[in-house]
Amino acid sequence: MADERAINPQAPAQTVPLQPYASVSDQIAMIPLHYPLRRRWLIGLGISALFTGLLVVAIGYLFYAGVGIWGINSPVFWGLAIANYVWWIGLGNAGTLISALLLLLSQQWRNSLNRFAEAMTLFAVFCAALFPIIHLGRPWFFYWLLPYPNVMALWPQFRSPLVWDVFANVIYLLVSIIFFYIGLIPDLATVRDKARGRVGQVFFGVLSLGWRGSAAHWQRWRRTYRFCAALAVPLVVSVHSGVAMLFSVGQLAGWQTTIFPPYFVMGAMFSGFGVVAMIAVVLRSTFRLDSLVTIRHLDLLGKVLLASGLMTSYGYIMDAFTAWYSGDPFERATLFDRFGGAYAWSYWAAVILNFVVIQGLWFGAVRRDPMWLFFIGASVMIGMWFERYMLVVTTLYHDFLPSSWGWYVATFWDWALLAGTIGLFFFLFLLFVRFLPMISIFEVKEVLREERVEARHAPSR
Amino acid sequence: MPQADNPRALLLEFATGDDLLAAAGRVREAGYRQLDAFSPFPLEGLAETIGDKATRIPWFALIGGAAGALGGLFMQWYANVVSYPLNIGGRPLASWPAFILPAFELAVLGAVLAAVMGMLIENGLPRLHHPVFEAERFGCASDDRFFLWIASSDPHLSYPAGRAVLDDLGAVAIHEVPA
Repeated sequence: MADERAINPQAPAQTVPLQPYASVSDQIAMIPLHYPLRRRWLIGLGISALFTGLLVVAIGYLFYAGVGIWGINSPVFWGLAIANYVWWIGLGNAGTLISALLLLLSQQWRNSLNRFAEAMTLFAVFCAALFPIIHLGRPWFFYWLLPYPNVMALWPQFRSPLVWDVFANVIYLLVSIIFFYIGLIPDLATVRDKARGRVGQVFFGVLSLGWRGSAAHWQRWRRTYRFCAALAVPLVVSVHSGVAMLFSVGQLAGWQTTIFPPYFVMGAMFSGFGVVAMIAVVLRSTFRLDSLVTIRHLDLLGKVLLASGLMTSYGYIMDAFTAWYSGDPFERATLFDRFGGAYAWSYWAAVILNFVVIQGLWFGAVRRDPMWLFFIGASVMIGMWFERYMLVVTTLYHDFLPSSWGWYVATFWDWALLAGTIGLFFFLFLLFVRFLPMISIFEVKEVLREERVEARHAPSR
Repeated sequence: MPQADNPRALLLEFATGDDLLAAAGRVREAGYRQLDAFSPFPLEGLAETIGDKATRIPWFALIGGAAGALGGLFMQWYANVVSYPLNIGGRPLASWPAFILPAFELAVLGAVLAAVMGMLIENGLPRLHHPVFEAERFGCASDDRFFLWIASSDPHLSYPAGRAVLDDLGAVAIHEVPA
């Protein structure tokens, strides 16, 4: 596929090809109002509803029978549930980070991607939040994790990373919803104004809070939006660092290492970029949004994916190096278990899918080919799941004493929960695609305006 | 009330953001003060041009953030030192480094909630009805058109000289809106 910049090397690089503002509104706002692919949407929704049903059954049976239906037992008390949790929350950290960080860095190309990246975040955090609750053993007492005055005179133990995690996740979910909604309000107004039916007008009219695009409103809105972004970036870092500290504050070999917080944050960003690349490719071809999500977007996503992947690989290398260099026999034993033990397949799967495969992204032709980018994104997503599995299981199955060495095999109900949350994710994402503008309309128009101004000042056009 | 006696606001329609910015500047120079402008996306400098004062949102956020941080620290100190002290490995009860993370999260939550509430309050939203929605063409303000609003109460509207300024601003159309 030809590089779009090659057409006129003197021209400023255009992220979105020049087009009238109205064409952006028509392409995006019309999708929720006159959804084009109703049959395919219904089929997709039906399949994901089936898997969501499986999730409901799996949770119902878990509540009935207890965590014994999972493969966990001494010494591996953290199995698939925790691996899934860390994986989902990792995906869920990326969308807000991508959107907020790139907004603060004035990376205009983000404007075509941020909306569905943020939606992806919300639904992934929602799936993640299920796991700690159902993993509690007595999930009906989950509210004991929250600080509230109660007749038992009990309080949470605030020196425990488990409680930090409760705060981090609940607040992260709330802030992500607010950030998503604030960014959505002007677009809801656009859809309201395009709506011809009464139902659409009322639905989007109420949701848009009566937004009318007044200059003073825009100014305050922009201030607030950037403010939320500036607060969301450290929040994301703190959330996934908190998850990493669930591991690294413990004293188990293979977990107690200071590199975990940055290593986890990088891995989260990496897996999230992988999923955003996949969603971008799918939405672009399904709804023919080639003029809004361009080859240049895919190219940039590929570059960021490669960069964050290399940072994650640095985490792998330093994690192994510090374990070896520490000279601690238990650390070394865990390291060699990862390389060649019973669960070595999960380590090498992570290395191949997360490190070897992404090397293809050094080549422009690969980055600019939607199919290749999709498969590399999928590889990263699956590879990061193997990494979480490896981190949880390889440390636990060989404890300090051989008398407490054990085995872990996930059962049907473990896998049912993973499949069920994936179904729930797709269910929510399909609803989002159907009923809300999936790309930020006004932010793409902002890019167009800048490009128009640049095009007017460019000498050779 | 007869229709003719109703006060009429003016809504000037422009094709580009630059036209609107230029027109807003000229109208303001001519002495109009009761102005508002509408665009499908934020335009740099438009709010200043039509004379909007600075916002207090950063103060809202600062107060909200400080309340979250201090409230969070106090709650943790009260819970783990006063109400339910637990000796864990002889470590100090008021172990503030461990309290930082929940306090930080609460600070972020407080700041974000306060900033968003401040934005909605200053903007007067939600407000589902506004005179400007009466204009037939106003639906394009969220699409590809740019509008300048002159309130019916602006005294300059009644001067012939004030009216004359409006005719060569480059507006695509001038709509009268009951307001």
